[in-house]
Amino acid sequence: MTVVENAVETRPTSSERYQTFMSRRASLLPTLAAVAILILLFIGAEILLRGDFITPRNISALLLDNTYLLLLAVGSTFVIVTGGIDLSVGSVMAFTGIWLAKLLEAGTSLAIAVPAILVGGALVGLLIGVLVQYFGVQPFIASLAGLFLARGLAFVVSLSSIRVENQALLSLQSTRFRFGDWYITPTGIMALVVVLIGAYVMQYTRFGRTTYAIGGNPQASLMGLKVARATVSVYVISGICGGLAGLVLTAYSGAGYPRNGIGTELDVIAAVVIGGTVLTGGRGYVLGSMIGVFVYGTIKTIISFMGAEQSWMQIVIGALLLVFILVQRAIVARSDRRS
Amino acid sequence: MRKVARHRLFWPVTALIILMVINTIARPRFASITVQDDRLYGALIDILRQSAPLMLVSLGMTVVIATRGIDLSVGAVMAVSGAVALTIIDNSADANSTTTVLVAVTVAVLASLILGVWNGFLVSVLGIQPIIATLVLMLAGRGVALLITDGFITTVNSRPFAFISTGYLLLLPFAFFIWVAAVAVVALIERRTALGVLTEAVGINPEASRLAGVRFRSIIWGGYAATGLLSGIAGIIYASNIRAADANAAGQFIELYAILAVVLGGTSLMGGKFSIAGTVVGVLIIQTLESSILFLGVPPAQSPVFFALVVVVVVVIQSPALHRFVRRLGGPGRSRRISDPDVEVGATP
Repeated sequence: MTVVENAVETRPTSSERYQTFMSRRASLLPTLAAVAILILLFIGAEILLRGDFITPRNISALLLDNTYLLLLAVGSTFVIVTGGIDLSVGSVMAFTGIWLAKLLEAGTSLAIAVPAILVGGALVGLLIGVLVQYFGVQPFIASLAGLFLARGLAFVVSLSSIRVENQALLSLQSTRFRFGDWYITPTGIMALVVVLIGAYVMQYTRFGRTTYAIGGNPQASLMGLKVARATVSVYVISGICGGLAGLVLTAYSGAGYPRNGIGTELDVIAAVVIGGTVLTGGRGYVLGSMIGVFVYGTIKTIISFMGAEQSWMQIVIGALLLVFILVQRAIVARSDRRS
Repeated sequence: MRKVARHRLFWPVTALIILMVINTIARPRFASITVQDDRLYGALIDILRQSAPLMLVSLGMTVVIATRGIDLSVGAVMAVSGAVALTIIDNSADANSTTTVLVAVTVAVLASLILGVWNGFLVSVLGIQPIIATLVLMLAGRGVALLITDGFITTVNSRPFAFISTGYLLLLPFAFFIWVAAVAVVALIERRTALGVLTEAVGINPEASRLAGVRFRSIIWGGYAATGLLSGIAGIIYASNIRAADANAAGQFIELYAILAVVLGGTSLMGGKFSIAGTVVGVLIIQTLESSILFLGVPPAQSPVFFALVVVVVVVIQSPALHRFVRRLGGPGRSRRISDPDVEVGATP
């Protein structure tokens, strides 16, 4: 026995390196699968719709229509990588969105209203994070409290929708920077910037590595990592992303509506999972979540192009989610056996 | 006295009593029950009648949570069940025939059972995390329900069907008897056989129970199947109450309220020990709270704020961190003697 063990220990060799590489690539595999699915979806739609699908207009609209989902997915990726879950995102988006509309209606300037709603979103996240970290509440239940709170608050702000007249806010959506047939809105740029910041923070900062460590093993504090701070922070980040999504959605629809985003938390989780983030935590990429959102958005577009009923959307997303979970399970099981 | 206070139903029951006392003081009419045409009327009777769907769903949820699982798809299963039943009644020759309604209800409940079996298959055989496994059906289920009803809200006028939710039997609402029967059956199966203990064993330590020869797979599978079945009945009651199958609104958020009811009743989300009586009390707390919020003149849409506060208060009261803190305040001498029941429920590693 000892001989074998020694042999393994004293050989930091190619086979070990290969295994490390394999396990790293294994966690990338679901994301690559998502990219492949996205490409297949595009090709399939192109054939099905006889060359009417892959147009600059459609692809630009894909980003525009799913901006809020993209923002929420970035925040949720952080939470899910730590092994948590945030059910409150849809409600936070509704709450911050309607509050923004209300503030603007009362004549508050955008420079005050936007920070206010972002702080509002962050506070809901803070509540969840504190419950999770300091009171040992399961993320599911803590964020459920956040969901109820934010949804109720949205209705406290207003029971009906509020139209937005503020031109500065509306221009975030209506301004189109055009490159030929391609276009992008300020909200789209904002979402992409948030994605890039999120990806950078996760991969290259101490905080980002801490989130992975927590998801891999909650005892990470033993390694001297600031687990408590990071755990609370991921929920705050998710709350802020919820606030940004509220801003974007209000600009997008030109109104705040307290019923917005019912069930969005599931769409977000589905998009994040399809993008390759594993729900047990420790594995996942912000850029993968972006791919997941695009897969989700593309399916939605295809279904509306085909004139099929929206009920198919739910069924297809559900089925796709199942496929991805099974793929992930197989991959995780394989890499666990390796390590 | 201390023994009473330490009973795990102490806090839920206290909360329910406090709620009812506050309600009675605020509106004396709350406690009054009147008899009219051989039927009892009153706010309390309403609570008993309206809690039926949530009670059935929460019963299933209790068992699933005891196995360390969770079932998010209950609302979607309710929607499917309602859609199936109403489509059958709608397409039948005579909507008022009792046979038609019986057939429709049976088929709908069987369909729900199949959905529950599907959930159980994903969790127990394929080993997918329960949250995600049931999320699949939660997303897809409403789509299926919409397909069944062709995207419309199917409405029917069927006396036997409406009776399920609004009918009366022996002074009391029929729906009340349904949930009492369901509670009795689940309690008998779980507590008068070894099944309850085995379920707890699976929840406390799946690996150890497997090594001890417990058929953990069948137990988990059965839990989800039972939840599907109970959700199906809940869907029938819901559809019967509004006399329509609304694929989007049926059972919306009910998974969240059911989980809340289970937690309020003292069953830990970590699995293991569960309390059916606690869940019954939890559901009644939620229903009473909803009735109180309505009475306060708060728009129903704003009621989630209250539930959020309740969730926060409950989880903080149950949290081991708070108990440690309180014990430290009590001084080192006492801390040894007071063992804490709540911690014990939740902290099985």
